[in-house]
Amino acid sequence: MKPPPFEYHAPVSVDEALAALAETGPHGKVLAGGQSLIPLLNMRLAAPSHLVDINRVGELNTIAARPGGVRVGALARHAAVERSAEAAAVLPLLRQALALVAHPVIRNRGTVVGSLVHADPSAEMPAVLALLGGSVRLARLGGEREVAAADFFTGPMESAVEPGELAVSAFFPAPPPRSGTAFQEVARRHGDYAVAGMAALVTLDEDLRIAAARVACVSVGPAPVVIDLSDACDRRPAASVPWDAVAAAVRDRIDPDGDIHATAEYRRHLTGVLAVRALKDAARNAGTEAADE
Amino acid sequence: MSEETTRHLVTLVVNGVVREAAVPARRLLSDFLRHDLGLTGTHVGCEHGVCGACTVLLDGEPVRSCLTFAVTVDGHEITTVEGLARDGEPSPVQRAFTECHGLQCGFCTPGFLCTVTAFLRDNPAPTEEEALEAVSGNLCRCTGYQNIIKAVHRAAEIQAETQVRPGDREGRA
Amino acid sequence: MTTKLFGEPVQRREDARLVTGQGRYLDDLGPGALAAAFVRSPHAHARIKDIDVSAALDVEGLVAVYTWEDLPGALAEPLPLLIPHPALTHGRTAYPLAKDIVRHVGEPVVMVVAADRYLAEDACALIEVEYEFLKPVVGVEEAAQGVHLVHEDVPGNVGAHLVQEVPSREGRSAAEAIDAAPNRLEFRLDIERSASMPLEGRGVYARWDADDGSLRVYSSTQTSTSVRMAVAAKLGLPLPKVEVIAPDVGGGFGVKIVHPWPEEILVPWAARTLGREVKWTEDRREHFVSSAHERAQVQHVRVGFDDEGHVLGLDVTILHDHGAYTPYGIIVPIITSTQLLGPYKIGAYRVEFSSIYTNTVQVTPYRGAGRPQGVFCMERTLDRVAAYLGKDRTEVRAANFIGPDEFPYDQGLIFQDGRPLVYDSGNYPESLRMLKELIGWDSFPEMKARAAAEGRRIGIGIGCYVEGTGVGPYEGGHVQVTSDGRVHVSTGLTSQGQGHETVFAQIAATELGVPIERVSVVTGDTRRFGYAVGTFASRAAVMSGNAIALACRKVREKALRIAADALEADPRDLEITDGIVHVAGTPSASIPLATVAVLSNPLRYAFDEETKRATQFSGTSAPDRPPVDEGEEPGLEGRDYYSPIRSTFASGMHAAIVETDPETAEITILRYAVVHDCGKLINPMIVEGQIHGGVAQGVGGALYEKMVYDEHGQLLNASFMDFLMPYATEVPRIETAHLETPSPLNPLGVKGAGEAGVIPVSAVIASAIEDAEGIPIDRMPISPSDLHTLRLRLAG
Repeated sequence: MKPPPFEYHAPVSVDEALAALAETGPHGKVLAGGQSLIPLLNMRLAAPSHLVDINRVGELNTIAARPGGVRVGALARHAAVERSAEAAAVLPLLRQALALVAHPVIRNRGTVVGSLVHADPSAEMPAVLALLGGSVRLARLGGEREVAAADFFTGPMESAVEPGELAVSAFFPAPPPRSGTAFQEVARRHGDYAVAGMAALVTLDEDLRIAAARVACVSVGPAPVVIDLSDACDRRPAASVPWDAVAAAVRDRIDPDGDIHATAEYRRHLTGVLAVRALKDAARNAGTEAADE
Repeated sequence: MSEETTRHLVTLVVNGVVREAAVPARRLLSDFLRHDLGLTGTHVGCEHGVCGACTVLLDGEPVRSCLTFAVTVDGHEITTVEGLARDGEPSPVQRAFTECHGLQCGFCTPGFLCTVTAFLRDNPAPTEEEALEAVSGNLCRCTGYQNIIKAVHRAAEIQAETQVRPGDREGRA
Repeated sequence: MTTKLFGEPVQRREDARLVTGQGRYLDDLGPGALAAAFVRSPHAHARIKDIDVSAALDVEGLVAVYTWEDLPGALAEPLPLLIPHPALTHGRTAYPLAKDIVRHVGEPVVMVVAADRYLAEDACALIEVEYEFLKPVVGVEEAAQGVHLVHEDVPGNVGAHLVQEVPSREGRSAAEAIDAAPNRLEFRLDIERSASMPLEGRGVYARWDADDGSLRVYSSTQTSTSVRMAVAAKLGLPLPKVEVIAPDVGGGFGVKIVHPWPEEILVPWAARTLGREVKWTEDRREHFVSSAHERAQVQHVRVGFDDEGHVLGLDVTILHDHGAYTPYGIIVPIITSTQLLGPYKIGAYRVEFSSIYTNTVQVTPYRGAGRPQGVFCMERTLDRVAAYLGKDRTEVRAANFIGPDEFPYDQGLIFQDGRPLVYDSGNYPESLRMLKELIGWDSFPEMKARAAAEGRRIGIGIGCYVEGTGVGPYEGGHVQVTSDGRVHVSTGLTSQGQGHETVFAQIAATELGVPIERVSVVTGDTRRFGYAVGTFASRAAVMSGNAIALACRKVREKALRIAADALEADPRDLEITDGIVHVAGTPSASIPLATVAVLSNPLRYAFDEETKRATQFSGTSAPDRPPVDEGEEPGLEGRDYYSPIRSTFASGMHAAIVETDPETAEITILRYAVVHDCGKLINPMIVEGQIHGGVAQGVGGALYEKMVYDEHGQLLNASFMDFLMPYATEVPRIETAHLETPSPLNPLGVKGAGEAGVIPVSAVIASAIEDAEGIPIDRMPISPSDLHTLRLRLAG
């Protein structure tokens, strides 16, 4: 289990990185935290002929928390974002989800943007971006584009990043006032990829009824599955929402596969259970948020 | 192969000593430490980042050395299990693992020791749950973990008694 | 008193090096050695048509490429069948490198030697092997139908078939006893594959000394002496020219008792052929597909019992999946079928097993070695009996226990060592009493009712076992006191984390009356001790422990004899305390053991002040006797062997309380309690550690670990991502209590402790989940998804 040989590029600026990626095109692969890429290399399941290592590009190591949302640079490690009090204040969901990403030691090295680009449908961060309607900024030599989450995750382990492009940052927009979020998942072992999981966002109206509810499900489709459940919640306060109907609505909208850890049926059932749990948590958090206003 | 013949000079400060070797870009940090620098205390158990045996401290923070290329961390500081003891005296974490029978075959132990050393530096008096979470990314096939958890708490005690915080000598980024 | 160390929780002496990175495991050795890597079959069953190595020849640093055709002499023959048995009528083993046909994914086909492992893997990737596909045979029941064959010359894929039958006291067969019983049940049980999975894989490193014509091999093995004999035989070397050393070994749990592995003979052969040091370090992916697995069985049970729950007749038919080859014979199903009876005496018993070939990784012992399956069968059976009769599960067990006054107890079967299955000692009712108290068995119904009132589901489970430990044929020990007063102990069996350096030192220090700091212990090094069997079957403490004690007693006797001469005393009046021989009650009349060691070896030449005492003109030897008396040998040393008539039988009982989530079907172990009886404890701290580790592996086997093969024979979860070994977060806190029923069979009164923890766990967890859910649990491991499926099935 040793990685195959590759040509190594060590840019120190975004411009240098983009030049290297332009030069290597489809043969180039970006190395950031490496926590997903290097296992694939060690197993020789991937063999890029060029690796562009962006670990020296200090300008990408940024976490910018503003009232409107959090922009995370490509070199920001999971642990740094998880620790950031500013980011947590704007978007508690980041910390709620990051605590479930693998184990602390992996989070010391892995990057948030790397997780997004890796686009594992079982991973937490793609679901968070999808739930919030965030976006990823892709740069290439001489240009830049911002791709919405809905267009970014194109399939299992497939994202919209084109050859020659570098995902330089991701933007997680803050939800409206009186909103709450939660992340719920069931994994076989603590720290494993989820058998099923759920990021949830609930926004209350002034009478503390659920005005909007949305979830993004992991491990039940080729990409995070975002489901709007505002109607199912029927504009009621959390205590009187017909939760069984909400669970049923979720189960109707997903088409999970079975694998060695869980049957498709169990995933469907579990996703319904977790949606209700996550929405209740989110509604409670929204209530706390509303009370703080 | 040209990729193989291109060697990169990698210089690290390992356990306080400047060490260097010229290696291909694909050399994993785990192999660099073990085979290029002869520091075989860092063990390799899975080479896909799950078992944690290869955990070392990179600028004070625990990372998987099997999921890191040596060339990526050129110029940085590394602490391995060989660097935990000071002046020939075992560190509080090393002492606690011995006292509590926190190891059997000893193969996973260096990864646990590095992980716990950094953890107790940041959290000198952990709760039961925090101690569990701290070691939850390391596999051990021998001990059933119970004595490892005990050792984390015992190390915290020893550390408090001796007022030596094991991470103090690690530079933090 | 420094010398009473037997029974004390002495801290481990191996830890000082292991916590500082100074241990020396296989891959830590031979920094300049060439690296070996293997091209392994990607197919479960195929014929090799062609091997094209040409593209690999350009790889920088390539040294050699070998296929089966390159192998000379005995190396080209199939690997040894280690444990022949008359019932193993169709034993088959692999070639070191595949010849013509591959029979499981991972079978080695080509060996590559290169400057380092990276380059060796580069070369492997460029070697092209052309295969013709053959029909893979996967799944023990499908294989047993015999439609497609794993080995052309093994009809029905049946490697072995064995029936053992013990009639009742009234002379009834099991079938008759069952038919005549007032109550009868019949059901099927399933257990899936798991594996030892030590964190250090296998590994071999060999150096050939051309000048000396000798070979030194380091192997991460559980038996260095036997590897040595196999390597010498396969390479055609005289035994004295081969040394095998087990360095620090990063866990074994059974898989490393198998030998010689293909790599274990190919690497030494390559080292000799190339005249270079060669090393192979197994990586994790190789370990999954190229070493060994265990556990998979399908069991059909028929049981007859009376209204009190006494089992009158039991008939068990087992299909045992032994994978593609049988190098370790049929030890696993023999143990399942014999240890199944546990602490119980039953009316009549019949057990039949068929050991079946499949195109999967071979099956050899993993900690517990067939016992977890047997205990699962018996304990599930007793739970069903209890449920049928509406009785408490512990009551049914107690009704069937062998009484404390019934030992030795003969189960009437032949055990894995070819000897009668006779239990030496035990106290099962007391174990059960202790367990019920520890877990709070009698108050559990109230706890369950309280939980139910909160909408929670909890259940309690129990499992009992008896484990034959310390099987023969023998182990030996050598003890030498040198003239500096140090005590050097060696034994041939190996260590993989059991703390042998500590417990054997405790035994030696206690026997010889010396401070433990002066005792050093070497294991698994054929340079120090050439005769041994190996470390498996919870045998090291029993076998080598007693052998070392006996060797120490020889040394002690000799020391007292020499000291008595020097002190002009009667040896019967002498004691050894803190390394000093003295007259009991007269401490001033004394002589250090170091001096005794000097005097034991009459010298012509002195090399220091101390040794002057033993030279010819020192006046210490009587002129009318030869310096070395008849029947004596120079030196204060002794060697002895322990070879028991049969195994000792440890026992234990576990109980657990689990909670199942009514919605997500997640399963949480709330409490886990163990009562354990391994006779006299040498080091309670180490025994406790063994139990913890065993239970953790048991939890893995009950709730997390399985080897998932698809219909093509591909192992779908060959990584730590998907083979779910428990982390700290998955293992409950384990509460333990010890009972010490000494074994009458050996001088120390000890029984083995290594495997115990793992044995009943699947049975216990199944029992507890069944109690929580009210759904029969007949298949392990069980995942939340499985439990959900069972709930749906029950619902409709």
